[in-house]
Parts: sequence; structure tokens; C-alpha cells
Amino acid sequence: MTATQDAPVAEIGRDRRRKEDQRLITGRTRWTDNITLPGMLHLAMVRSPFPHARISGIDTTAAKASTNVVAVLTGADLGEGQGACINAWPVVEDQVTPAHVPMPSDRVTFAGEIVAVVVARTAAEARDAAELVEVDYEELPAALDLKDAAENKVLAHPDLGTNVSAVWRFDSAEAGTGGDVEEAIAKARDGGIVIEREYRQQRLIPAFMEPRSVVVDPTGEQITVWSATQIPHILRFAIAASTGVSESKIRVIAPDVGGGFGGKLQQTPEEMIAFAVARRLGKPVKYTETRSESLLSAHHGRDQWQRLTLAADKDGNVTGLKVDLLADLGSYVAIVGGGVPVLGAFMFNAIYKFPAYQFQTTNVLTNKTWTDAYRGAGRPEATYAVERLMDELAAEVGVDPLEIRERNWIKHEEFPFTTVAGLEYDSGNYEAATARAKEMFGYDALRAEQAERRERGDRVQLGLGVSTFTEMCGLAPSRVLGSLNYGAGGWEHAEVRMLPTGKVEVVTGASAHGQGHETAFSQIVADRLGVPFEDVEILHGDTQISHKGLDTYGSRSLVVGGEALVKAVDKVIEKAKPVAAHLLEASVDDLEFGGGRFTVKGTDQGMAVTEIATAVFAAHNLPDGVEASLDSEATYDPVNFNYPHGTHLCAVEVDTETGQVKMRKYAACDDIGQIINPLIVAGQVHGGLVQGIAQALWEEAVYDENGTLVSGSFVDYLLPTAADTISFDLDHTTSPCTTNSLGAKGVGEAGTIASTPAVVNAVVDAIRHLGVNDIQMPCTPERVWRAINGGAK
Amino acid sequence: MTRINLTVDGQRVADDIEPRMLLVQYLRERLGKTGTVVGCDTSSCGACTVHLDGASVKSCNVLAVQADGATVTTIEGLAAEDGTLHPVQEAFHECHGLQCGFCTPGMIMQAVDLLKQNPDPSEEAVRLGLEGNLCRCTGYHNIVRAVQRAAGEMSGASTGPTTGAGEVVS
Repeated sequence: MTATQDAPVAEIGRDRRRKEDQRLITGRTRWTDNITLPGMLHLAMVRSPFPHARISGIDTTAAKASTNVVAVLTGADLGEGQGACINAWPVVEDQVTPAHVPMPSDRVTFAGEIVAVVVARTAAEARDAAELVEVDYEELPAALDLKDAAENKVLAHPDLGTNVSAVWRFDSAEAGTGGDVEEAIAKARDGGIVIEREYRQQRLIPAFMEPRSVVVDPTGEQITVWSATQIPHILRFAIAASTGVSESKIRVIAPDVGGGFGGKLQQTPEEMIAFAVARRLGKPVKYTETRSESLLSAHHGRDQWQRLTLAADKDGNVTGLKVDLLADLGSYVAIVGGGVPVLGAFMFNAIYKFPAYQFQTTNVLTNKTWTDAYRGAGRPEATYAVERLMDELAAEVGVDPLEIRERNWIKHEEFPFTTVAGLEYDSGNYEAATARAKEMFGYDALRAEQAERRERGDRVQLGLGVSTFTEMCGLAPSRVLGSLNYGAGGWEHAEVRMLPTGKVEVVTGASAHGQGHETAFSQIVADRLGVPFEDVEILHGDTQISHKGLDTYGSRSLVVGGEALVKAVDKVIEKAKPVAAHLLEASVDDLEFGGGRFTVKGTDQGMAVTEIATAVFAAHNLPDGVEASLDSEATYDPVNFNYPHGTHLCAVEVDTETGQVKMRKYAACDDIGQIINPLIVAGQVHGGLVQGIAQALWEEAVYDENGTLVSGSFVDYLLPTAADTISFDLDHTTSPCTTNSLGAKGVGEAGTIASTPAVVNAVVDAIRHLGVNDIQMPCTPERVWRAINGGAK
Repeated sequence: MTRINLTVDGQRVADDIEPRMLLVQYLRERLGKTGTVVGCDTSSCGACTVHLDGASVKSCNVLAVQADGATVTTIEGLAAEDGTLHPVQEAFHECHGLQCGFCTPGMIMQAVDLLKQNPDPSEEAVRLGLEGNLCRCTGYHNIVRAVQRAAGEMSGASTGPTTGAGEVVS
């Protein structure tokens, strides 16, 4: 690598090793559970074992009498002081939204709901005493099966009179974005192709590695809340709004946070109970969940039935798609829980030019753990459905799955393209990404091997799966969110502070929990402001330092938060310019800025922006009317989503005698526009891929007929290990996003969205010749074996 | 209460503890060794992995009293006294083998033990050797690369593969 003073190496696009790593690889970390404060008390929760029951009595006598137990509190004890868990996205005006009291006093509505909290001097003593709390329950009938619940066979909340929380609908004929889907289907039934399927999105658990933890310190003028959360700003708002405590009296800090994947995008009962107990006792408190509690009560993801009707002409040109979903919300409408299927509504048409489209979701309450965002939130579900259907269509027409996609996808020269769901895709190149993926994968050779194995009736059959995904990310244009009835905007905030030493302090409203913001954002500032990467410090995750922000989810941090940062940097440069002109005794019009320096055009006279920062700090010689600060802030509201896409190809080997599926090869060519840090991007894709593959093959949250979570530990909920997975072949094409100055698109969710259908398509492809056209996820050996042998799927 | 004497990260320590106290609780709550973390309650995730007399153990699965008289090394004691990182720590940084970093202490301690037993492991051997440690962020791809790179460094060979996007890694 060569670098000269005149031409510094561009930071953007560089494989910078992460600034975050040093503390994480040496154990000098700041997890919430590490925090210990003087006089701190520990909480243990008493949770309902029943999915639906009336609380007829709670006897806390024995627990209260235990040594070192300070208090045992029930929902009745805390009363209204405990606030409420809010739903920020009522998807329809008349949404049925059960009141969500963090600790109810009358009735529990899922197994795992908290009915009492024990406060003790140590965590072990709190847990011991929690065992002594005696709760009398009168069991009530529980709504467990999603389809039955949708028909109100048993009510999850009898007082509401229905389990249907909302029905949200989109129809392209009504919206004016396309034709009438019923007409398209009727026409296809007469000489064309109609494919009708019902797919299951099993219930998943985000299963971040760091269990949730919260510490609340009520001493002093403010109440400080440390929480393992993705959303410190939203959490502060939600606590304030639901308790009446002023926001300015609440400081929320998300220190090191060990993963989230949407699972820490929540205002939780545990946080609210800790807040209430700390205020009541006037002492700092800590609650850290066990893994079993986490799997049981932290929100779950997915859980939909998808009824799909795809219409096409006889050549496989799609003429319409009709989608009818049932979405299981669990027993409460979580912070954005009702909106998850709605986000998916815009993605069922994927990269294709469907002339007609209709979508409906019925959001249903059940007596199970609430569901909400999990990596991709709505978009993996949609992508799975459409990519599975395209493979079915290819089989029906008798052409290669890539061929059927090419017949239907938006051509490169057709961008920008307004889809049948009403979104404007700004850029993309499906042809280029597909060509590169095929090349990496060795597509034709693997097809030849597949044919050869079929020919000789090999016990182990090879299957190739395709997924040409796109997604909408960078949540989100505030106007769009408003039109969808979401309670907040989608902007992001950044602040750049020019320190007198020449260093730069940056504050972002995004809140990283593994994404590498400190590194990627430093690269952006280093390039734009012309300062060394090492001289930039990124601060985040503390509402007292970052007073404004909307946090991290929906692949938004770089494309929204990064863009806010660009705008804040530009303001610094604008503010520095008149000072530079003054100090250089030149006209503002004669100055140019580059490489961190203002220079007088046509001369070698110049000054670094950092020198100007020092001069502004001293303020001895500023032009009249110029303030003694270069510090600047900016709030950026995106004008559009952005639309990463990619072609993912997966090969699996299926043992037709045992049903065992083995990953053989996975190649992906993603297009996420301009890449800031390729190393971080590859990491995001790798991790996303494995989460998506895990949905296809291994993971499922299972309830038994009593409403008990059977997969309640890592022994039963099968997170993939290193031994289950393979290495990946990755590359990218670059179609810059045209609606942000970085040209960047989001990447946090891409791998997860793309990989699930690629894997299931591969499994089905391996055994399609045996009469199989679907296998319900996860594709366990038993399910695959039964499919081959004609049993239940 | 039971008296235990042991050496942790080079420091001799002694405490009276409840016999039921787990080694990981002792490390975190008594010694402030919060670099070692707890990720589950079924000894499934390996986040709490430390070395007990030179071999990796899940410290949530060992009682503190069992460590009486032993030498324990945690992630905080792995680097040299002057701060020079262990080659495995360095390789995790170099290969982007961590994201949120919660599994990292356990993953690194397990990898060090793995390389002690097998200084030149194949990809498959690395994957099998890390089977008891869960990571939710990285998909293991770069963790495997990191361990192989560290193996190269420790055997004195030139640097192993690094992993960037755009680069095709097979």
C-alpha cells in the first residue's frame, strides 16, 4: 500500500480492522451485567407456568421472611407506577390492542409472564426466595394454535371479544399501482398456470448471545437506566411516556450490547419493573435474565401462515400474486409487532414485474410469547414465499429456476422502477449479480452432477437452490412511516465536535450492538473531513451524550445515520470556511477544500481544518459575527428506502434414506451499493446467512398442547454451531444507491433474507424427482424423510 | 462457607465462598473478572470458557470449590504483561472474527486450547473443536479463519488468510 501526503488513501472502501475489537478481545468490556453500584439490590422474577390463567392469590410471606430479601412486590403493589409497554405502530385505526401492564395483577396471558418480583441483596438470594412465592392460578382455556385463534375458537383476551387485532390490506388495483389480481388468476386458470401454496414461517427466537440485563439507579437528580437494548432513545421516550417521569429526568445508556437482531428492539416488562422497583425503594437495582427466561419471554420472531396464489401465463410470465397471511402476535401487540407483516407487504413482488398484486394480513392474538422484529422483520417471510413460488413456477413450466426469474425480473435498463407495491427502486443490476454468482458457484457443473446422480439413482441426491432477493432497508422516510400510521419518524441525528487538539468527536443517534459503527463512521468522517481515521472518536448509546436519535434496526445506521453524519461534517466545513478566509487573508470565493485543508486557489497557502478548530477555540482572531465553534449537527430524513439485492445459490446433499440435509456449497453475490468497509460487510453477510440457514434447517420455537415452550433452552432450541455450518463464497456488484450521497445500501439483514429460500429451494430441488414440492421449515431429517416417503410434510 | 485458594491470571487469591458458587460467579462477582461472561444456563454456549490448570472448561459448569488449589486463566490474563496480544486475540481482530464480542472471550479461550492440542488444524478440525461455543453474529466463517491464521502465526509460518468482502474465499 502506498500513500503520499498529496494523495491519502481513501478511507471509504478500505478493509479497516475494527476500533471496537481491542476491549472485546481482552475482556475489558462494559456489559450491563458487569455494572455494580453501592447498595445495589438484585431482582428475580416469578413467572407464570400457565399460558392463560386468572391470578387468584399470591402469598409472599415466606419469600419476604427470607434473609437478605428486601421486598417482594406484585402487580397490585406496583399499580400504575409501573407504566406500560407501548405499541408504537397501530397498523389500522381500529386495531385491537390489549393493555400491556408489565406485571399484571389479575390475569396472565402467556407462560413466562411476570407475576411478582423479589428484591434481595444478592441475585442468588433473590432467586432462592422467588421459589418461595406461592401463586394460586385458575387456569383458563388458552388460544395456542394460530389458525384456531384466527377463528376465535378460544379467546386470548376474553374481554376484547376477538383475537383479531388487525386486518391490513393492499390491492394494486385500488392503489392504482397495478391490475386486478382476481382477474389475473381467473385468466390464468384458463390456459395459464396457477400455483397455490400454503407456507409456514415457523416461530423463531432471536437468541442474541448476551442475555438481557437492566440496571436502574434512582439516586441523584436523574434516574439512570443501563440496558442491553438496541433502542436507548426510544426506550427513554417509552419510559417517560408511560410513567409520566420527564424525559429530562431519565438517562438511558446502552453500554456494550451483545447482539440484538431485532430481539432487543423492545420496551420490556423487565425494564419497566426494574424502573418501578428502583424508584419505589430508592436504591439501585439490577436484573439479568437467565437464558431460559430469555428464550421464554424476550420477544419471538416470524410465526406466520402464508396462503399464496401465483398466476402466470403458460411461459411463466407472472400475471398476478395474491397473498393472504395469518400472523401470530402472541399475547400482546409488541412495540412494532403488528407492523412486521405490513413491512413484508411491500416485498412479495421482490425483484419482479408483477402486473397485479393483492396482500392481506390478519394479525392474531394468542396466548404465547409476543412476537416482533427479528432480523429482516417481514421481508424474510415475503422473500421466502416469492422465491419458493418462483421455483415452483419454474418446475411447472419446465425451465431452470434462474431462467424463470430472468423472464420476470426488472431489467437493468428499466431502473428507476416503480413496483406494483408502490415503491420506487432506484438502482440494481440483477443480471450482473446473477452472472457473478453463477460463476462463483460453478452452476453448470453442479447441475451436471445433479443430473448424473439422479441418473444413477444415488442414495445422496444433490439439490441446487436459488434466491434472487431484494429488500427495502434504511428505515425509513418519515412521511412513509406516517402514512402507515407508525408512531414516530425515521430520521437520524449526528453531531460533529471539533476539539481544540485537532481531534474530532462524533455523536450518532444510531446505537451499535456489534455492527462496527465506531469503525465505519470514523472512515466516513476521515474521508469527508480529511482527518486521520485514528483521530475520530464515535460516541453513541447514551441519551445524555447523544440527546437525539432513533437507534439501530432495519439496516438503517449507515444509510440514515451515516448520511446525517455526512451532512454534519459538511456544516463544519461551511462554518470553518469564513474563518479560514479571514486567517489566510483571502476571499471566501478563492478558497477550496480538500484533504482536510483550505487552500487559496492557485497558491500554496493553506490551513488545515484542525488548525482552524484550534484557532476557533482560542477565538482571539475571528471575523466579526462568527461564533466561536465549528461544532455542527444535522438530522437527516431519507427520501426513499434503499434496495440492496443479490443472487444467492446454495447446494445441499440430501440423504434419501435418512432425510439428512448437508450443506455443500453456498455462493452469494450481493449488491449493496457503495461499500464503506468490505470487512464489516462480509461479516454482516456471513452472520446473516447462518441465521437464515438456521431457519431453513434447524431452529423452531415449539409449544406443546399446554402452552409450554418446549424449546426453552439451548439444549432444545438449536442454534447452529461451527460444526453445522460451512464457509461461504462471497462477492459483490456495485449499483450505487442514488438517494444518498454515500451511494450506500443497508446490509444488516441481507444474508438472513436471502438464504432461507435458497436452502429450502435446494432441499426441494434435490428430491423433486421423488414427487416432493414442499417441506415445512425447519427441514429436519424427519420432515425430509416423510416427504420422500409420502407421509405428512 | 468454604475457604478456597487459587491463582487467577497470575494473582494469588483466597476467599470464603458458598459451596454452591460456580466458578464463573466467583470470577465475576468476587474478583471482578467481568471479561468472562455468562450466556446460558445449560453449559451449551461456552461464553464462560476459561482455562483451569491449562485446559479449557466452561466455568458455569465448575464449582468454585473445585478450583481450589488450581491455576485459572481468563481472557483478561491471556495477553502478555506488557499488553502484547496473544496470537489468537490478534487473529480474531485481524480476521474480523467478532462482532458484538459477547461470545469472544470464550471463543478465544477455546481456540487457544484447541491449538494447543492440534497446532495445525484443518478447517473441519477447527469447526469440530469450537462446536461447544455458540456465536450468533459471525456465522463462524471468520472465526474459523482467525483460528487458522493464529495457527500459522504460532507455528512461525507466514500470515494465513484474511477475509475481506469482494475477495472470494472458498
